[in-house]
Amino acid sequence: MCQVDEEYNGHLEKISLPTLSKKCVKCKDGTAVLIIRVGDAFCRDCFKEYFIHKFRAMLGKNRVIFPGEKVLLAVSGGPASSSMLSQVQEGLSRDAPKKLRFVPGIVFVDEGGACGLSVEERQRAIAQLESIFREKGFPYHVVHLEQVFSLPGSVLEAVSSAPEQPGSSYKAAVDQFIQNSRGEHGLMEPSVEDAESGFAQLSTQDPTYPTEHRLALERLLASVRTLTAKEDLLQTLRQHLILHTARVHGYTKVMMGDSCSRLAVKLLSSISLGRGASLATDTGFSDTRYGDVVIVRPMRDYSSKEIAFYNRMFNVPSVFIPGLDTKTPEKASIQRLTESFVTKLQADFPSTVSTIYRTSEKLHSARTPQSAITDLTSKCLLCMCAIDTNTEEASAFNAILVSERLSQSGLRETAPHTQAQALPTESPGQCCSSGGQGQGCGSGDCCSSAQSSVTPDLKGLLCYSCRLTIKDMTAVETLPQYIMTEAEKRQRRLRMKMEISEFLLDDEESGE
Amino acid sequence: MAAPIALHLEFGGGAELLFDGVKNHHVTLPSQSEPWDMRQLLAWIRGNMLKERPELFVQGESVRPGILVLINDADWELMGELEYQLQDQDNIIFISTLHGG
Repeated sequence: MCQVDEEYNGHLEKISLPTLSKKCVKCKDGTAVLIIRVGDAFCRDCFKEYFIHKFRAMLGKNRVIFPGEKVLLAVSGGPASSSMLSQVQEGLSRDAPKKLRFVPGIVFVDEGGACGLSVEERQRAIAQLESIFREKGFPYHVVHLEQVFSLPGSVLEAVSSAPEQPGSSYKAAVDQFIQNSRGEHGLMEPSVEDAESGFAQLSTQDPTYPTEHRLALERLLASVRTLTAKEDLLQTLRQHLILHTARVHGYTKVMMGDSCSRLAVKLLSSISLGRGASLATDTGFSDTRYGDVVIVRPMRDYSSKEIAFYNRMFNVPSVFIPGLDTKTPEKASIQRLTESFVTKLQADFPSTVSTIYRTSEKLHSARTPQSAITDLTSKCLLCMCAIDTNTEEASAFNAILVSERLSQSGLRETAPHTQAQALPTESPGQCCSSGGQGQGCGSGDCCSSAQSSVTPDLKGLLCYSCRLTIKDMTAVETLPQYIMTEAEKRQRRLRMKMEISEFLLDDEESGE
Repeated sequence: MAAPIALHLEFGGGAELLFDGVKNHHVTLPSQSEPWDMRQLLAWIRGNMLKERPELFVQGESVRPGILVLINDADWELMGELEYQLQDQDNIIFISTLHGG
């Protein structure tokens, strides 16, 4: 790697002399306007072609979006998602054989309430975005972050989808689509109408949210001590809102605009946040953790530089909305620090991002695929990834729990009492393997003693990383109601399972 | 002795927040003995235009990694980066690609 870099430096010195004479590497004719990757200079036209082709190639290669399928585009107003929106529009406006054939809709989550924006600022941002969305002509949904306080508990239930073979079923779906559109004399006609009627209905929707929800959101964020946990929690709540919107309106795919620069940062910060077990789902092209709604990331082949240049050159409108991390110093949060680490390294070693990103492509989770898990209690309550805390006794995770418990039991004499209480909240695998007195089951006591007895004990229902986030909260009861209700429900189920476990032929046990 | 030169500076992607939220700036660089280059322009921006937190825009002699620079709509990597000699009426754009600007 060092050697490659040295060569690159020499190369740069050479071209950095009089300039503007550099030609495009592709057509060898046009004047280059930007360098992507190491030393590849592109002219304007070739860059446009390259950019558009990449998007279509990404969708074509992965074959997860079926013709006629309803796809929700998650647009934040930032450059990457705005660029994704323009690519979708471009793809839909093509001539017949090359046309993208899904039916798009847009969702925007207004997070102004969490980031301390004034009502006017939020309205201005929404108005700007709405004018962009209207111009695209797709139906759109503006969701406020405050609406998490009126979400139903069912959001957290992952609906299992039938396992499918991508190749064959995709082909069948395409054939089906072609037949349908022949019969109906062009299927796009009705879908455009649908879009228009949907659009009309949505724009009349009342965009307001009750004041108490706004206050509840403020309380919730005020109870989170660190920016790291705040960003993580915000990400979780945003995901739930998007998922809910997709389900309510019948979208089966959600497109996220994560660029490869973004994903490289996400990959490294996820590792630092203890999300190693769910890296593959967090950063892969398609993410099936929710079962019925699949998240896809079609922008993951573009660097943020390519996106910024494309948006600038071809006038793709985007709206800058300050976020939680705006104007914060680089050590404000783990996510922020990782970003500055990656971008700084990238400045000196231009293949940093792509190396990290290629690594992420090769990751697969060794456990059962996310979509195959039907048992709710084996999924994290918040991020809905497979729970990674059912580890064996001799693991780093249990060592942390033991030392945590020991350091706390010095302070509190109530340990035996709370342990008995906390027992039923443990996940089944752990309790089966280590019995009542095992160290695994002790994990419940430190958290239940630390929190008030009214709120359900969340820790047993969370993955390692989400536990850390919740640990950074001073008041867990400020979490939205749907999370608490669902937590109680899962705990009841676990308790019941514990009670009848003696009479069950447990497949886990028979397997071991 | 180089004559004063007029530039159009543009900030985007959140970088404008460090300049009172104003995206477009028309500035005139005073005349000096040697021609203006990007390195001097950045130092000048830091001294005369930045309203807050200079470390979020300039680091060392160059811009903070993650902020793209376009000179007359072309990548500054093609133009010699810091060595580029500014001409009158040049159009310089700074776009932040960092999360949150």
